[in-house]
Amino acid sequence: MACEQWQPQLDSYLDNELSVEAMRSLHAHLRTCPACTADALARVQFKRSIKAAVGGRFAPSAEFRAKIQKSIAAKPRWNWNFGWKLATAALALVLFAGAVTSYVGKQSLERQQFYTELADLHVATLGSANPVDVISTDRHTVKPWFQGKIPFSFNLPELQGTDFTLLGGRVAYVGQSSGAHLIYQIRKHEISVFILPAAGSDSVFGADSKVERRQTFNVEDWTQGGLRYVVFGDSSADDIQKLSALLKAAVEQK
Amino acid sequence: MPLFEQLYNFAHWLSKNREEAEDLVQETYAKALRGFSSYQPGTNFRAWMYRILRNTFLTSRTGLKATMTVPLETDDDGPVVVVADSQTPESILLDRSNQQVLQDALQQLPLHYREVLLLCEVEEMSYQEIAETLGIPAGTVMSRLSRARSALRGLVREKLQGVQKG
Repeated sequence: MACEQWQPQLDSYLDNELSVEAMRSLHAHLRTCPACTADALARVQFKRSIKAAVGGRFAPSAEFRAKIQKSIAAKPRWNWNFGWKLATAALALVLFAGAVTSYVGKQSLERQQFYTELADLHVATLGSANPVDVISTDRHTVKPWFQGKIPFSFNLPELQGTDFTLLGGRVAYVGQSSGAHLIYQIRKHEISVFILPAAGSDSVFGADSKVERRQTFNVEDWTQGGLRYVVFGDSSADDIQKLSALLKAAVEQK
Repeated sequence: MPLFEQLYNFAHWLSKNREEAEDLVQETYAKALRGFSSYQPGTNFRAWMYRILRNTFLTSRTGLKATMTVPLETDDDGPVVVVADSQTPESILLDRSNQQVLQDALQQLPLHYREVLLLCEVEEMSYQEIAETLGIPAGTVMSRLSRARSALRGLVREKLQGVQKG
């Protein structure tokens, strides 16, 4: 490439704005062309001269600096406001988180106590010489027996065609209120079904429940039609689930 | 304070006056603080600050006067004619005593040449940064710089020849 073609590139080259390829080509040319090399050198010197003569030529006075610093420091009052807001928000968040943790902790403890109580009742009932007060496999006998003994009524499922057998029922006292305690049997396993009046917080369970492991027993727990149902036993999770499904369906029948 | 000395130097070269330069810098910081929400993080902060200062200058009385005297040229669009210059005064300018000549020559340059030279040679901004600051395409930065350098060389040469004759 002729020198005239490189001339317009020299400034961009010295401003470090040439592409890598163009820079490589120009380097190659400069190695063989003393005229362009001298020109490039002169331009570098000119750039340096400008920087030396112009850069920092005018310096601000100390008074002016102080004035600007003061005006800048006075401006961002909103920063303080923002800081306070942030601190308040953070505090509120901490308090809220604390309240939630404490509430959840309390709930968890209450639930734990509830299941412990049910486990005691279940074990004590099965270990008793007279586990049930009404001995009948007929739901139409068991259900009316509870009339006048508990402050609510409930439906029991038809067990024909299933492996479950109703053994009977008794009144249970849980959490200072009375409810129905029914005993079902499946392949020599006995399952307790507790039907209790639902407390306010029990609504969180809903009817969409699943079997969980509590106090080494399998438990399914839900609230339906204002009553809390707890199916409790040492049989498999599958059995607990099947019996729960039968009970849920019976409630739906009305 | 970020860029304080540099902004002041730039403002002084634009306005050619200490009081006006102080007003410009003060106004620039005030506007930057007020409009900080308009600054997009990740974009060039330096270019943003210089743009505020330059726009403030352009709307000032001195700035309006300076822009009115800018000759109507098509220089930013047309090809740059570069003349191989064997009689460049650059080597002479390295001498400290000649710095005044260069300073005077820069003062005489039209505003649009002066500002682009200041941003490139003093602030060492890339063409892209200059383009952002001045609000012009990067290609225009390159051609304007080339013309500004030629004009400055011409002025310096005139002055040095005058000195020699005198």
